[in-house]
Amino acid sequence: MRSARKNVVPGADRARRSFYLRYLLEPYLYVGPALVLIGAVILFPLILGISYSFQSIALLKPFETGWVGFENYAALWQDDKFWTAIGNTALWTCGSLFFQFFLGLGLALLLNTSFRGKRLFQALVFLPWAVPTFLTALTFAWLFNPVIGPFPHWLAGLGLIDEPYNILGDPDLAMWGPILANIWFGVPFFAITLLAALQSIPSELYEAAEIDGASDWQRFSKITLPFLAPMIVITVMLRTIWIANFADMIYVMTGGGPAGSTEILSSYVFTTAFRKLDFGYASAIAVALLLILLAYALILLVVRQKLVRT
Amino acid sequence: MSMIVRRSPLRTAGKYAAIGFYLIFALFPIYWLIKIALTPDALIYTEGTRMLPSALTFDNFAAVLQSDFLGYFTNSLIVSLGAAAGTTLIAAAAGYCFSRFRFAGKRAIIALLLVTQMFPLLMIIAPIYKIVAGLGLLNSLVSLIVVYTAFNIPFATFLMQSFFDGIPEDLEEAAMMDGCTRFQALRKVVFPLTLPGLGATLGFVFTAAWSELLFALMLISRNDSMTFPVGLLTFVSKFSVDWGQMMAAGTLALIPSCLFFIFIQRYLVQGLTSGAVKG
Repeated sequence: MRSARKNVVPGADRARRSFYLRYLLEPYLYVGPALVLIGAVILFPLILGISYSFQSIALLKPFETGWVGFENYAALWQDDKFWTAIGNTALWTCGSLFFQFFLGLGLALLLNTSFRGKRLFQALVFLPWAVPTFLTALTFAWLFNPVIGPFPHWLAGLGLIDEPYNILGDPDLAMWGPILANIWFGVPFFAITLLAALQSIPSELYEAAEIDGASDWQRFSKITLPFLAPMIVITVMLRTIWIANFADMIYVMTGGGPAGSTEILSSYVFTTAFRKLDFGYASAIAVALLLILLAYALILLVVRQKLVRT
Repeated sequence: MSMIVRRSPLRTAGKYAAIGFYLIFALFPIYWLIKIALTPDALIYTEGTRMLPSALTFDNFAAVLQSDFLGYFTNSLIVSLGAAAGTTLIAAAAGYCFSRFRFAGKRAIIALLLVTQMFPLLMIIAPIYKIVAGLGLLNSLVSLIVVYTAFNIPFATFLMQSFFDGIPEDLEEAAMMDGCTRFQALRKVVFPLTLPGLGATLGFVFTAAWSELLFALMLISRNDSMTFPVGLLTFVSKFSVDWGQMMAAGTLALIPSCLFFIFIQRYLVQGLTSGAVKG
């Protein structure tokens, strides 16, 4: 009972006052370590990172360090690779998200019914989430290998491509390699989140609908979807941001190639920082990515607000 | 919901088709990884696309166990266990705080934690490198443990909070009536009840730290302090021919995270469900 505890605080006499002080401070003792660590390891570097984007900090050119104003951003504006990366980020994010979501929803609906061996099934289909990303990326790179990988041979067998060739080396198609790997890896996440939401729907609603003679589709569209909608909006928003920031898969599978055709903003940040050691420019790209994501989140939140109101 | 008995055979067939699809979709790449690891080198090219290899070998595993991989494996274990333990401890305290206290600044702190989940973490890779280099901690596993701990605290905190929310407050209030301090009540009454939650959080962070690649690439360059992902990628660029060994190493890397995951996935759904019910 939270309200009961609040009444213990008249604060008049001294003993009570020290108790009150402890009562005020106690929460911070518990949350303090988390705050300190996040402040030191995430927030402080974040501010530092934003300041880097206005400086020239390239480890390979140690004598040209200093504040340069908006020079990095001006260079970014002129950078063709940056604009390609924006388009690629959109394709990467939408492509991954679309399939992850629908396959995840299907899986969640399936797991919300009962069948024999369901617990084993659940453990097995969630397994891709546990596979370390770099391993997923390496395995899929192997599966796409034109000589020894099965995918090109299957596609050729189906007549979709003329002969097994290196799809990851084709600038038009290469992005779909990492996207497929990302779909595989991301379906369990959506399934788990949506399953949790599904299980929170009171079963009385379904029983009542059953009695009233509602069809399966009616039950899905009138009960399940409205209940899931708020969860879906939030999950999709968070996941979009997460996927857009997720560079591992692309870095390992294609390294951004061929000819920058799979370079997304976040992998561009990483290669600029890691390979070129140009921290100033990398930070400018990162800030641009942050602004794009912020704009996206704001738009989505406004739309959601409007939808809730009407 | 499962009370509906009348089912057309078509729907049942469709359901089992879906079950089969998801199983194959989820397991095929893992099967392929293990298959390559067990295929003798001589057959990798000739039988590349066959579903079942005509011969099996454990040579790749034997070779891997004699290489640098044992060192990478140990480093990854140290880093992942360290980060998992640190995160769970700190996040449990913070999650307990969010679950049980009302205090000034609570909403601001929660908002802060949410914000850390939204911005590109790669944004801080350069500053982190500079800071760690300035402290002389490049190539040290400690820096990785601290960085991973901080990255995982926000999510772990929310996870732990949902577990604490599931435990009635009356339990510790009764203990506090009986003269326990809050901390004693926490330790003796609440702690045993949150063991599944702690386990889930541990497993979650372990898996995340086990597979982290980019920060490890940036902060570690010396061979003897490489974690598994870094070691494996270096392996790829150094000896790009030996796929069998690489996949064998990969299969070994799969074991700890999958073990953890199979143990925790039930609790993850549980934790998220109770969270969803509340809010």
